[in-house]
Amino acid sequence: MGSVTATVAPPTDAHVTPWFRTFGAIVAAGFRRHATYRQAAVAGVVTNTVFGFLRCYIFLAATGAAGTVAGYDRAQLATFVWAGQGLLAVIAIWGWTELADRIRTGEVAADLLRPVHPVTSYLAADVGRAGFAALARLVPPLVIGPFFFAVYLPRQWATVPLFVLSVLLAVVICFGCRYLVNATAYWLQDVRGPMILWTLGSGVLAGLYFPLGFLPGWLESTLRYGTPFPSILQVPLDVLVEREPMSTGLGLVGIQCGWAVLLLALCRLVQRRAERRLVVQGG
Amino acid sequence: MSVIEMDGLRKEFTVRVRAGRLRREKRTVTAVDGVDLRVERGEMLGYIGPNGAGKSTTLKMLTGVLMPSAGVARVCGLRPVADRTRLALRIGVVFGQRSQLWWDLPLRDSFGLLRHVYRVPAGAHAARLARCRDLLDLDGFLDTPVRQLSLGQRMRGELTAALLHGPEVLFLDEPTIGLDVVSKQAVRGFLAELGRAGDITLVLTTHDLADIERLCRRLVVIDHGRVVHDGSIAELHRRYGSRRMVVAELDAALPEPPVLPGAPVQRVEADGRRLVFALESASVAEVVAALAGVATLRDISIVEPDIEAVVARLYERKGPLLTPGV
Repeated sequence: MGSVTATVAPPTDAHVTPWFRTFGAIVAAGFRRHATYRQAAVAGVVTNTVFGFLRCYIFLAATGAAGTVAGYDRAQLATFVWAGQGLLAVIAIWGWTELADRIRTGEVAADLLRPVHPVTSYLAADVGRAGFAALARLVPPLVIGPFFFAVYLPRQWATVPLFVLSVLLAVVICFGCRYLVNATAYWLQDVRGPMILWTLGSGVLAGLYFPLGFLPGWLESTLRYGTPFPSILQVPLDVLVEREPMSTGLGLVGIQCGWAVLLLALCRLVQRRAERRLVVQGG
Repeated sequence: MSVIEMDGLRKEFTVRVRAGRLRREKRTVTAVDGVDLRVERGEMLGYIGPNGAGKSTTLKMLTGVLMPSAGVARVCGLRPVADRTRLALRIGVVFGQRSQLWWDLPLRDSFGLLRHVYRVPAGAHAARLARCRDLLDLDGFLDTPVRQLSLGQRMRGELTAALLHGPEVLFLDEPTIGLDVVSKQAVRGFLAELGRAGDITLVLTTHDLADIERLCRRLVVIDHGRVVHDGSIAELHRRYGSRRMVVAELDAALPEPPVLPGAPVQRVEADGRRLVFALESASVAEVVAALAGVATLRDISIVEPDIEAVVARLYERKGPLLTPGV
């Protein structure tokens, strides 16, 4: 098992630099593509804010007499909610069906005619999209939240870069999951079924509907270490509110790295399988 | 070595057909049924056939998008599916019914992105873009997002996008579909100009035979997945008996139509005052000279053979036109 393709040149400087330049150009294009839809961004911010109030009041109502629940105090919960509302758009947890649509219409043929692997180019475009969302969708809730609630600000300086890294990995992991859900269109043509499963499952398991700490300890651990879902939302938020010591935070980001690599490899594998049996729809 | 080689290329699709209330039956449809072809560098090849004949499927196999069911294809010496990303750097593809451009971005941004995707040096990119801007008249809509372009504008953008990395082979799948007369002429003129230099190989599928007449010296007709004609347009006419006609209007009818060597009389019309000769071996000049000797000519016209009629005859000869589900 484990054959190695010998035709691929070893990554030297001459190969790596152009690769990053190509990747960077697609990232920039992804940013610009999404930056054209400004009214949609405003509408999204409004929705996120409304639901931010709702979720924040509900979670705060769950705190006991001591003002804590599941290892969060009231300020940490407020930060968890408001940063989470912004992150929803950054990781684009819902509503991405671009690949599935292109498979259904046959437009995917154009993606295969590029000298860049489809997983790579879709990932780069998604990172660009996330970059725009970080500006347009993450910043507003982070600004609005503190006006109405006492929020928790990180105590250690290292938390901030770790949070940024964790969000970046969350984007990659969420992209990987979405790519896999979309790629079922190669077999099913219509992805509504898998998409509904994903929408329901990801919301619960990623810690959006409630922080996973609300669950029994054994279940939370199983989800955290055994599934990629908490890595797309709960982990970056836990890192931000310093729910656990820095060492645990580092460990969680390490696990995120593992999921990111695993999911991207899986995407490539699924893509290769799909290409062997691809039928380009519609002439 | 040929730029494009196909040996016994075959593609089958499985189609599920309803057979009864709940039962579905699997049926295998052969879209391409053993095509052998060689295309040399600099050739301009017209690849035509009725709907569902297997044209687009062949092109998709040659570009590495579809995996052949059997047979071998090589383009620029590469295996299209296995070496797809490397092949992508050396070919350009335009699908008339699909877009390769980024929907939300202006053309200018799409072109800039393509430069990085294909890793084209800035100088070469600028030179090619300048040429396309000039020949395809892109300047008016370079900053318009692709989703707002008209079909003709978008197609000119697609052509440019397919050429910016300097491909050796250009595959065009119905590039003039849905275009108005002016846009069609612009696209044809551009492709003719492109082919004139002779360093790019061009494979064109179309339903508009004027594209072929204008651009391609070699014509391959495919039907039911098989090649039914491979040769020049003139050869096609010869094979299916369509010839140029000389229509002679006479002042007065002759007692009987003259016998001209190499140009038999096809029809006698208008009470013998209009004679139609088919040109076989004789030239127009010979027919006119011979006629002038025996009658007073009022008018002479030459009717070129109608390629559409020939091709329609070719398609009809092969049984039902449409293969379901392809």
